[in-house]
Amino acid sequence: MVISTVASNPIRKRPAAPRARRMLGRALIYAALLLWTFICLFPIYWTVTTSFKSAVDVTQAHLIPWVDFQPDWKGWRSLGLSPDTLFGTSTARSEFMNRFVNSIITSVGASLLALVLGSLAAYGLSRFRYKFAWMRNDDILFFFMSQLILPPVVLALPFLVLYKALALLDTTFGLILLYTLTVLPIVIWIMRDQFNAIPIELDEAAFVDGLSTWGAFLRIILPLAVPGMVAAFILSLVLCWNEYFFAALLTSTDAKTLPVMVASQTGSQGINWWSMAALSTAAIAPLVVVGIFLERYIVSGLTTGAGK
Amino acid sequence: MQNSVPISDDAHHQPVAKRAPGSRKAVGRALVLLASLGFLLVLLIQVLRTTGTITAGFSDWRPILIAYLVWAAAFGVGQVLTRGERGQRALFLLPAVFFTVAVVIFPTIFGIYIASLDWNLSSIEGPRFSGFDNVRGMLNDTYYWNALGNMVFYTVAVLGEYAIAFGLALLLSAEIRARKFFRVVFLLPMMLSPVAVSWMIGKSLLEYRFGPAATLARYLGWDNPAFFASPWMARFSIQAMDAWVSIPFIMIILLAGLQAMPKEVQEAAKVDGANGWQSFWHVTFPIMLPVSITVLIIRIIFKLKLADIVINVTAGGPGGATDTVSSFIYRVYRDRSNVGYGTALAMVYLLLIIVLLTLMLRASKRWTQKVE
Repeated sequence: MVISTVASNPIRKRPAAPRARRMLGRALIYAALLLWTFICLFPIYWTVTTSFKSAVDVTQAHLIPWVDFQPDWKGWRSLGLSPDTLFGTSTARSEFMNRFVNSIITSVGASLLALVLGSLAAYGLSRFRYKFAWMRNDDILFFFMSQLILPPVVLALPFLVLYKALALLDTTFGLILLYTLTVLPIVIWIMRDQFNAIPIELDEAAFVDGLSTWGAFLRIILPLAVPGMVAAFILSLVLCWNEYFFAALLTSTDAKTLPVMVASQTGSQGINWWSMAALSTAAIAPLVVVGIFLERYIVSGLTTGAGK
Repeated sequence: MQNSVPISDDAHHQPVAKRAPGSRKAVGRALVLLASLGFLLVLLIQVLRTTGTITAGFSDWRPILIAYLVWAAAFGVGQVLTRGERGQRALFLLPAVFFTVAVVIFPTIFGIYIASLDWNLSSIEGPRFSGFDNVRGMLNDTYYWNALGNMVFYTVAVLGEYAIAFGLALLLSAEIRARKFFRVVFLLPMMLSPVAVSWMIGKSLLEYRFGPAATLARYLGWDNPAFFASPWMARFSIQAMDAWVSIPFIMIILLAGLQAMPKEVQEAAKVDGANGWQSFWHVTFPIMLPVSITVLIIRIIFKLKLADIVINVTAGGPGGATDTVSSFIYRVYRDRSNVGYGTALAMVYLLLIIVLLTLMLRASKRWTQKVE
């Protein structure tokens, strides 16, 4: 709403463009915006509504609830999540909850670990000058960033063999290690930017007050870096939550995450659309909520991560 | 790493001493030496057990992992003891370095070794050294070359994603109402898991019989709206889905670039009498070039990893038309359990990526310099 007051200014400055043409231009802009809004939202809308449809409504492509079909808890019942089955026992629900919890533990665990490792490394790289053999700070940073180009396939099979030997196959801990690795470069990049933005005079003042290197970092600098940490954490969370490739190869029963469960259901032919739709809805719902309410942090994480 | 905190407090009692005293240095060295010996001993026992020389040892290799962690912690403590303040500074970097070495460098080197093996997990005989046989097999593997060819298509298609994303970023930076609403909505696809998207779009929206997209296509006069039947159509459909997920990322970066652009520049262009189209090509686009190149390179890096959607929607079909290198190697492992061959393919792919990116970074550096 603030935008509209700013917006009216430059329009008036424009010299004598015919009023009709300007109106047409604005109409086109809004039409394009609405078209893309439709493209973004329709698949989500379709999935959510399909989870309430019966077979007939699916085959006849009914779209609007209460108008051309009567919503029903069908999809959610098959997951054991509809109101009438919610308090009974349900194997489908316990399986789903298990995967859901696995996904939460894996993504939160990996994001936290990456945040700890990444913040420490980023602070070091932003404040001190290291020399390791021929590697200087920039080389070390490049070493960390270069992990981004590593496609998952390169690591997947060696990890399969290694994890078998380490008895880490199909464990949440094993997945956490891998996910940490995939998001660590991004966390280091965001956090280094964050620490660079904090004036070094603050560190020096802390040293004068008698704090050690670590004391200054933990008590003075870290609290100031919280916004960057939140952004890095949420971005990592999104990436880990959606990761499929490693999870599909390295888990079988115990540590399966939600994407693997969704994928294993799509694979079978003749699946019920409504239960698939309910499952997909449940899998995307947490991130849709994150996207709507924490959009600010994601944008700030992305723009420091890539915009510079 | 936990150990390091009390020790740093310890050092803080003598802030004057830049270098640690001799006795502490000796303790530190002894600690690192001891830890290294311990680690090597555990490793030796386990190797001997695996080769069958001795029967003592552990049932799996997990103790090696713990020994590595202990060694890493001891090394960190040793750094602080021997090098004082400089050791404490090193402690910031060491956890990440040890972690990366353990989970990236070591597995990659191990992967190069696996790539030289003839190793099928489902066959009874174990791994057998075969040198470059896997690479030789790769040269004759038409499916692999086909997958590489598809990657070229997918990579070039990034330009299309970029064009759409640029358009959307321009729309969002125009004078519009409810900008925040549109921004959130446009960002949403990026948040969704590619696997869920595979079902939501690939398997239901684009479904041949009663998917709404197929219904719409029929209504518009396309009799046979099969999105995954002909090779090119399937490739475009997969690309469209991937674009749907990834355009928001490009858009957000470009939008940030547009908003950081000084307003005066565009005003000046307007004063000079440039119309919208001219001011875009002569002012906005050149200014956005560095941001564009960065975002394109990042996007290509991620595009080269494309696998989830292909695995879940078409499994590479029809006839390998939509295969990416990752999804092909995934199937080499899943269907044939061929670890050695799959790893060899992945390693060659990694080499290709490194060469491509080095060339791209070189070119982009030269190009941006020329523009300036």
